[in-house]
Amino acid sequence: MGCAKRIIPCLDVTDGRVVKGVNFLELRDAGDPVEIAQRYNDQGADELTFLDITASSDNRDLILHIIERVAEQIFIPLTVGGGVRKVEDVRRLLNAGADKVSINTTAVVNPQVVEDAAGRFGSQCIVVAIDAKKVDNQPFEWEVFTHGGRNPTGLDAVKWAQKMVSLGAGELLVTSMDRDGTKIGFNNPLNKAISEAVDVPLIASGGVGNLQHLVEGVTVGGADAVLAASIFHYGEFTVQQAKDYMREHGIEVR
Amino acid sequence: MNRLQVAIVDYGMGNLRSVANAFKAVAPDTTVAVTSDPAQIAQAERVVFPGQGAMPDCIRELDARSLRQAVMDATQQKPFLGICIGLQMLFQHSEEGNVPGLGVYAGEVKRFPQAKMVDVHGEKLKVPHMGWSQVHQTQPHALWQEIPDQARFYYVHSYYVVPDETALTAATTAYPFDFTGAIARDNVFAVQFHPEKSASAGLQLLRNFVNWKP
Repeated sequence: MGCAKRIIPCLDVTDGRVVKGVNFLELRDAGDPVEIAQRYNDQGADELTFLDITASSDNRDLILHIIERVAEQIFIPLTVGGGVRKVEDVRRLLNAGADKVSINTTAVVNPQVVEDAAGRFGSQCIVVAIDAKKVDNQPFEWEVFTHGGRNPTGLDAVKWAQKMVSLGAGELLVTSMDRDGTKIGFNNPLNKAISEAVDVPLIASGGVGNLQHLVEGVTVGGADAVLAASIFHYGEFTVQQAKDYMREHGIEVR
Repeated sequence: MNRLQVAIVDYGMGNLRSVANAFKAVAPDTTVAVTSDPAQIAQAERVVFPGQGAMPDCIRELDARSLRQAVMDATQQKPFLGICIGLQMLFQHSEEGNVPGLGVYAGEVKRFPQAKMVDVHGEKLKVPHMGWSQVHQTQPHALWQEIPDQARFYYVHSYYVVPDETALTAATTAYPFDFTGAIARDNVFAVQFHPEKSASAGLQLLRNFVNWKP
């Protein structure tokens, strides 16, 4: 009776193409973003996430055009992130057709942007993305990293999640850097710890290699939505197969 | 100025392009425009009243653009579709910012009570209510045509309407209790969910609205 658990294909976009990396490195080409978005829409995706992973200023206009084209033909929620530095960036992405904007590095560098953007456009469209990695040299288990996973911040991922929600984040996109691209499954203890600490929905990201991982993301990790890239991009599974599998395992899906 | 068939009321609160895009997709031969011109709204054949963000801001921006009267008139005169905050604003009062609404209907806009947000399995339900939930049609209506009962629509909201008159409700959704997901009265239909983001079921509802003759 809650919401159906959402399946969100993620499109990492650079130079106008969808790419996929392993542990945030070694990118390979996966195709045209508009074509891929259309395919996932037709397969029954509940939402799409576009991450502009280079996000230089040249690239910014490119992703705006891509979002405009996608938004003309696809009628499910679109989340866009990557390189969002100012409230003005949020406005431009929303005006291009994004329904939600994901903020990552800027949330750490300048948390006021999260508060201002949520105040101006509503929490429903502000997603804070958290890249977390397990660490041994801190009094907590998972540390927040920024700049595409390059810079440690000294922040506890669980406490950081709570702070972001208090500033107005309406949803959290939690990526385990240890798992990203590895196909060994989500970091469910990390997701569980954050999901239990906040009241807003959590999207689990990083590490999906098979459909059972999606199920465990929900049942073990407590995620409200599961995000995956490579299992869909390279045709291993369709979104529909993922939904059928989750349904067979007792999870409510659309 | 040509008379619009569908006027989407723009009072400066967020992106209305997806609503316009969705109408263009389902009714390519219909003239649809996003507008903040009261005269254009007054002349339009049909009016769509969307909304996102916080209700106090929405009401303030609506008044700042002198659009209140055009919206009120439309609720009395022509096919009218409210979406999300566009539904909530039709009521008398909102808990969000403790502000009066437009008062077209008696009733209150309330926040999901965090303490009660647990489903039958004891699982915590998140607020905002964000995602695809089943919509139970509680009265037959032209806008439900070709849409199965319990079809899923995309919701994203923390507040919901409680009409004084239960007969106003046209659909409910359980989260975890049944709240009003849609209302219908004469020429007015308004929904808490986002038809423009609800894939085929949502597009069908918009197609039904374009063809609706109340």
